[in-house]
Amino acid sequence: MISLKAETIEKIDKLVPRYPTVRSAALPLCHLVQEDLGYLSRESIEWIAERLELQPINIQELVTFYPMLRTEPTGEYHVRVCRTLPCALAGAYQTCRSFEKEFDCKVGHTSEDGLVTLGFVECHADCGKGPVVMVGEDEYTDINPKKAVEMAAKMKSGELSKGL
Amino acid sequence: MSQQETRLIFKHIDEQGYTNDIDCYVKNGGYEQLRKAVTMRPEDICAEVLTSGLRGRGGAGFPAGMKWKFLDRKSGKPIYLICNADESEPGTFKDRQIIHQDPHQLIEGMICTAFAIQAKLAFIYIRGEFFEGYKILERAIEEARKKNFLGDNILGSGYSCDIIVHRGAGAYICGEETGLIESLEGFRANPRIKPPYFPAALGAYQCPTIVNNVETLCDVKHVIEMGGESFAKIGTPGNTGTRIWCVSGHVQKPGYYEFACADITLGQLIYDICGGLKPGRKLKAVIPGGSSSKILRADERFIGKLKDGTEYDWGIEDIPMDFDSLMAVGSMSGSGGVIVMDDTTDMVEALANINYFYAHESCGQCTPCREGVPWMRKVTQRMLDGEAREEDADLLKSIADQIAGRTICAFGEAASWPVQSFIAKFKDEFVEKAQEQAARRKEGKETAETTTLI
Repeated sequence: MISLKAETIEKIDKLVPRYPTVRSAALPLCHLVQEDLGYLSRESIEWIAERLELQPINIQELVTFYPMLRTEPTGEYHVRVCRTLPCALAGAYQTCRSFEKEFDCKVGHTSEDGLVTLGFVECHADCGKGPVVMVGEDEYTDINPKKAVEMAAKMKSGELSKGL
Repeated sequence: MSQQETRLIFKHIDEQGYTNDIDCYVKNGGYEQLRKAVTMRPEDICAEVLTSGLRGRGGAGFPAGMKWKFLDRKSGKPIYLICNADESEPGTFKDRQIIHQDPHQLIEGMICTAFAIQAKLAFIYIRGEFFEGYKILERAIEEARKKNFLGDNILGSGYSCDIIVHRGAGAYICGEETGLIESLEGFRANPRIKPPYFPAALGAYQCPTIVNNVETLCDVKHVIEMGGESFAKIGTPGNTGTRIWCVSGHVQKPGYYEFACADITLGQLIYDICGGLKPGRKLKAVIPGGSSSKILRADERFIGKLKDGTEYDWGIEDIPMDFDSLMAVGSMSGSGGVIVMDDTTDMVEALANINYFYAHESCGQCTPCREGVPWMRKVTQRMLDGEAREEDADLLKSIADQIAGRTICAFGEAASWPVQSFIAKFKDEFVEKAQEQAARRKEGKETAETTTLI
């Protein structure tokens, strides 16, 4: 059994009846459960399916399709660097390499100490201020390699918000 | 040509002291057009929008009034309105500003539209990465509900409509309207085949549905305010209203700039408005309408005839920024995302970056796209890994040619156009890459180079 916060249950109960079909609530429920528990475990997927009177595969197929849904927990900080062309032209790959070096962690992985999960993402629609970096739900813009070093230091010291 | 911005949609964007709450919006004349709209006959609003010539701002540029006309009103089924706020075409960042800084303009435009098409329920499909935008919209909707601008019996008109904000989860294909609908219904965002699944006939929940972009819906508010005929006077015939150009890449002042259609040329946009390129750099290429639009080469001459018969002979800097001119030169204005590249850009790397994006985003439903797009990514990546072959340019083109036109949705074209146009315009660089590597190999040197764009 999964244990969700009362607040999450309340949001779910309010949301489901608003849609013309129950199934429409599948993606929103994935978001709500993931936000509450950090990721979507097998139990979570089964719970969502049951809540919406669907089969677990109906949720599983969403989890494997939508990049933002994850089946594993992230590090304390979830750092996402946009690598799409406008950000790349602004130096996003160099920014990412700077993070890789600071955290001793390859992009696409979680650092050994569990501090950070570093990933690439595709265009976040703020291309005029690239390179764009997300930490949790917080957006940082114009992050050159030097600023990345500064951000990494603040993550190591715990000063930077986790953006949750 | 003037170089003054015409700020219609972006009137209050970045304005000092302007806040995104309902009080500020109402103080600045907000929701007056909704008050007016609910006293009009819905079909009269539709007629005004048709007269305005308003074309969709999401990418395809299809006339909004025409789209609404296709709505199946006889089916007896409920009608739905969906706002496409999935803004995810690389290089585009206009809808983000509206959502963050002026969300009530969108809500007003949406309720006006919902009333015009007599929608029962409306949705805003917002991309999952807009965490803050989602919260702002949720709050704005509650504010509007309290003032009866949405909900039951809106402003005593007898018309009721609610808005649900629905979050995506990182999939580009949700910007395609039928993929969006699948996603909204709780499925993978695999686009539907048209016909029969034109949303206006068989859309969300198999009911007639209108899907419009954020900017388009905001425009509706202004059409109601000034009337279709006056709106049509902004810009040029067939290219009415304003466009928000989002400029990114190698310019001094990237950003968003709103101009009446055709009021500015690409050269003025880059050099006068965006401060030109960095010192000592030269313009090499421009992708004018989001990453799927075809690339333009800086030293090209564009010669031909416009739809109205006018002959043109333009350099890249002379191209008027509007729907038809950019289409005439073989590209498109798309979503308004202008990506500028200077002479330091390696075109093989740039294409490799774009191919990575499309390979990542293919929904996997149609074989040519699922297999072909990752194949194109692999070829450009191999070229940069030091294994470029002289025939790669032709190979890339042949793969792209076999994807475009052979898929359910326009993603096949979106992924092929960059490849086709990069090869058409910059084939020499692809061939040179192979020749340089061959020369280095002969000398016993490492063939792969450090890359910056991939």
